[in-house]
Amino acid sequence: MSFADWLRADRLPHIWCSGCSNGTILNCTLAAVEAEGWDPDRTVFVSGIGCSSRAPGYISTDSLHTTHGRALAFATGVKLADPSLNVVVFTGDGDLAAIGGNHFIHACRRNIDLTVVCMNNLIYGMTGGQGSPTTPIGALSTTTPYGASEPAFDLVALAVAAGANHVARWTAYHVRELERAVQTGLETPGLSFIEVRAGCPTNYGRKNRLREVTDLAEYFRTKSMLKAKFDRLVAEGRPVPSDAIVVGEFVRRSNPAMGVVP
Amino acid sequence: MQGNTASAEGAIAAGCRFFGGYPITPSTEVAEAMARRMPKIGGVFVQMEDEIASIAAVIGASWTGKKAMTSTSGPGFSLMLENIGFALMTETPLVIVNVQRGGPSTGQPTMSAQGDMLQCRFGSHGDMAVIALAPDSVQEMYDLTVKAFNLAERFRCPAFLMADEIIGHMRERIELPDHVDVVDRRPLESGHLPYEAGEDGVPGFPVFGTGHRVHVTGLTHDERGYPVTTDPVLHEALVRRLVGKVENARREIADYRVTNPDAEVVFVCYGSPARAVQQVVADHPDLGLGILRLRLVWPFPEHALAEFPNARVFLVPEQNLGQVAREVERHVLVPVVSVPKLGGELHTPAELLRAIEEARSR
Repeated sequence: MSFADWLRADRLPHIWCSGCSNGTILNCTLAAVEAEGWDPDRTVFVSGIGCSSRAPGYISTDSLHTTHGRALAFATGVKLADPSLNVVVFTGDGDLAAIGGNHFIHACRRNIDLTVVCMNNLIYGMTGGQGSPTTPIGALSTTTPYGASEPAFDLVALAVAAGANHVARWTAYHVRELERAVQTGLETPGLSFIEVRAGCPTNYGRKNRLREVTDLAEYFRTKSMLKAKFDRLVAEGRPVPSDAIVVGEFVRRSNPAMGVVP
Repeated sequence: MQGNTASAEGAIAAGCRFFGGYPITPSTEVAEAMARRMPKIGGVFVQMEDEIASIAAVIGASWTGKKAMTSTSGPGFSLMLENIGFALMTETPLVIVNVQRGGPSTGQPTMSAQGDMLQCRFGSHGDMAVIALAPDSVQEMYDLTVKAFNLAERFRCPAFLMADEIIGHMRERIELPDHVDVVDRRPLESGHLPYEAGEDGVPGFPVFGTGHRVHVTGLTHDERGYPVTTDPVLHEALVRRLVGKVENARREIADYRVTNPDAEVVFVCYGSPARAVQQVVADHPDLGLGILRLRLVWPFPEHALAEFPNARVFLVPEQNLGQVAREVERHVLVPVVSVPKLGGELHTPAELLRAIEEARSR
């Protein structure tokens, strides 16, 4: 079986815009699931609402496309009711960090055995480019026409503080690292949170000088900083660029988890 | 036994093995009973972070094939409405116990009301038909919870137990039957599409993890479960089927009790006000009063009103400003008098007698 066998061929082509990172992230996730040898008949993909949340609809497993922000609460019910199922959640920055923020911190606190892949494109793509809780200060969107003025959420720090067993951040540029991180997530009992910085040329890039996919890839390549380097700079008291995307594994621990087969 | 505890016991007897909930007066004892009982019978109890998460978890659990329930009261019920619509759209069986209290808003947490009767009927967005039961005793908290599960499983939809604070917190002697009739979900047969409905409008259920690889979405979907959101014909057919499978079963699932069918003055009641009505009717046999007591309010059993061919007036005492009275009015040609009581207490016999008097002099 290859990762392509995990796709519902009769649902393609997908609805994502050209240049969107979501396909890449779906690709990496399925590669990880395939590498783990998971049985598609015993795997459930769950999502909320938004561009990211269309992903389960393209996967040939049981899939639950729920209400906006609530994917983790639905997934909690699935996993607690039948811990023998493998459950992966796709979500986005609006879905997870805004309307679903409460469920996010509580799923991390419960440390329930889910792998959560957040396609963080810094914008509400599905509704046409409104500011989200991860839109950087100064960035333009249809609801921040003069530049975003609210501080952005650090989703990784939130997940670590709330208790998730495994937390990582990569970008859609880092496909191999991302695949490995997802695989680690699938293997780690408890909640695994993987934030993936994703490009949205249509609704974010167009307004913020990242219109071309190549610009986006270059942006992710040059702005990313490995966590080890970031830690070193901080330890040495040296400056860290304010727009650095710190990537890598932030925590891997084995605290007691819920939803694990006893 | 207390009403709320009886509801939990009824759920367990019906096969409920997953409870997700959030504390809220006056329903909390249902959750507390489930927290005690579920671990002992191989079930799952989880206290979620809010009522939205509670019903979400219950829906998720239901897709693994478990019978699942939550309990709440007005403010929590309001929070659940979006996901109630999701359960209706995705045809997910589950039971919601709403022990009603005074509203709007935080209102009267410890006092009785029936103010959510139209909210459960129409509260989520879009067109819908729902199944709602209303117990008038601790025994019925048990019996009708069982029935709610059976109807939810049979019709693949949420079923509501619309209790009220008085019944939920009342303690009465009840009989726990040795055997209860339990309806189990009909599984999806191979060779059928996940949303391909039979003649009764109800598709078989593709339990997660059993190889059906079903896609479940709140979007308008075709029989495969795939989103098809801009086809007017498909959307109308889907919504009409979802509504029809419940509405068309109106007579079959109707559940009511008739007292004195020859009566000219007839009470239509449900829930705790029925107790005051029964007292008045028993105390005044000379007044020729009749009772239509609804154990199932939605879908409204309009044909039941014809059980009273001599009725000259229908009196509808409710702990709201006339939510079901309006429904009665739609179906009869004689006057319908709403007898509202707000504030959390039962109608007194004197109040009901006064309503009878006024109705007679009309």
